[in-house]
Amino acid sequence: MKKIFVTLTRNPLSLTGLILVGLVVFAAIFADFITPFPDHRGAVVDFLNFNQPPSWTHLFGTDLVGRDLFTRVIYAYRISLILGIVVLVIAVPIGVSIGLLAGYLGGKTEFVLMRMTDVFLSIPPLVLAMSVMGLLEPTLANGMIAVTVMWWPWYTRLVFNITRAEKEEGYVLAAEVIGASKLHIMFREILPNCVPSILTKMTLDFGFVILIASSLSFLGLGVQPPTPDLGSMVAEGARYLPDSWWLTVFPGLAILIAVFGFNLIGDALREILGVDQ
Amino acid sequence: MSEPILKIEDLKLGFKSWSGMNDVLHGISLHIRQGERVALVGESGSGKSVTARLVLGMLQELKNTHVSGRILFEGQDINTMPARTCHAMRGTKMSMIFQDPTSSLNPTYPISVQFTEVLRRKDPEITRQRAREIAIAALTDVHINNPERVYDSYAFQLSGGMNQRVMIAMALVNNPTLLLADEPGTALDVTVQAQTLNLMSNLVEKHNTAVLFISHNLGVVREFADRVYVIYKGNLVEQGPTEALFEDPRHPYTQALLSAVPRITGGGIPDIAETSESFGLPLVAHAGFSEKELLS
Repeated sequence: MKKIFVTLTRNPLSLTGLILVGLVVFAAIFADFITPFPDHRGAVVDFLNFNQPPSWTHLFGTDLVGRDLFTRVIYAYRISLILGIVVLVIAVPIGVSIGLLAGYLGGKTEFVLMRMTDVFLSIPPLVLAMSVMGLLEPTLANGMIAVTVMWWPWYTRLVFNITRAEKEEGYVLAAEVIGASKLHIMFREILPNCVPSILTKMTLDFGFVILIASSLSFLGLGVQPPTPDLGSMVAEGARYLPDSWWLTVFPGLAILIAVFGFNLIGDALREILGVDQ
Repeated sequence: MSEPILKIEDLKLGFKSWSGMNDVLHGISLHIRQGERVALVGESGSGKSVTARLVLGMLQELKNTHVSGRILFEGQDINTMPARTCHAMRGTKMSMIFQDPTSSLNPTYPISVQFTEVLRRKDPEITRQRAREIAIAALTDVHINNPERVYDSYAFQLSGGMNQRVMIAMALVNNPTLLLADEPGTALDVTVQAQTLNLMSNLVEKHNTAVLFISHNLGVVREFADRVYVIYKGNLVEQGPTEALFEDPRHPYTQALLSAVPRITGGGIPDIAETSESFGLPLVAHAGFSEKELLS
């Protein structure tokens, strides 16, 4: 673990990724202390300062009801990160377990599970998430459900393919011969050998989850106002382009930085852990 | 004489496929007594390895196999035994050693974890400390000089020969009555292979373990086995004591097999017919070494 971290700091690209992600995470955690107007994350109105361009008091300017945009971007990061974590924490175990079962057991189990996965994979992800959101109330929790539903099949596919290769390895046969149970072989023998790939994919996906969640809220299907969200902030500001450019550009840049950072780390991890996709 | 540990009677195996049954074993019979070392020799695809899998009860569970005949292990038929009973015997009463020791150990765990798993098969309550003691003793038995270090290493940190010793130690640590050795050490170079075979030979003698030794390496078989069965295309073609069989091979296939061994003195690769009518001739048993005579 420590070795991986050290290697990450050596390469300028992955170091950039680490710094970007570190900044985002730090800002999200300590938002209460680093933002100048913490109460602006909610339903506050300050018509004296509405629609101000960036200045030293309001680094990113203010929005249409006078709230500090910098504050709102930082708090939006917090929401995005929580969403990313929750989605991956739910989607990865589900996807991985199904992939292991299908890959190791084979036969009918494989057929049923993998065809079901294929159905999910065949629907464009955003369309799937939108239809789930259309059925449910547009809240943060339901947003997480929608993104989770579209995310797990990718892990199933990934783990399924690795499992199929790993199950031919000698150590699996050796474990079968000493009488290890199927569950033991799947989760204790094969799974640890899938971890590098899963870890890499998770890092890469973290950025994409943030992007997809933002896309959903851009379309008005995610987090609802007054909770700050990067996607809905961009959507709101887009109507006032190009005059009030800061309303769109800063939240947009915020999305870019987060996604870019996670992608850089993910790419570097893929190289370090020797994962090929 | 006591009942043999393993007695296989007229064992047939076929794999179902789209085009019908694909017969792999055509009724083979063999037996092994306590402490006896028996070799099953044949070319690739002759049915050696599937025989071992059948003895472990690993093919009977599959839906596309058709097995008939009897495999009596300590008097119980593995073919008709419930999967659970058979499962309980693996790793405790039977164990197996493989061709490639390094790939037989999971690269993500140190030896210690894998050794403890094996010991837990016999005694689920075993403490980590106790497991360590037993394992260190077992590793010392296979002449590993620094067992403490090896015990805490990962398989990829050790050499092939070292891993082979670890595999032997693991296979014998639960004192199985039957050890299946499927071409052990084929992936190793000859000197290391010789050392580990010697070790294994001494250990099975000490534990009085019955061994089914599966190999295509005739030199190794000659050194290691008490008796030999030669298998060709799913049929046994010759059986007898090792010395007699090597000195005086009677079946045309065995003769071809023995002349196919490359000589260290050169002389080119021997010219052997791919197949021959005479290879299909019925089983030849050396005097006093037919199943009937041995089991009476």
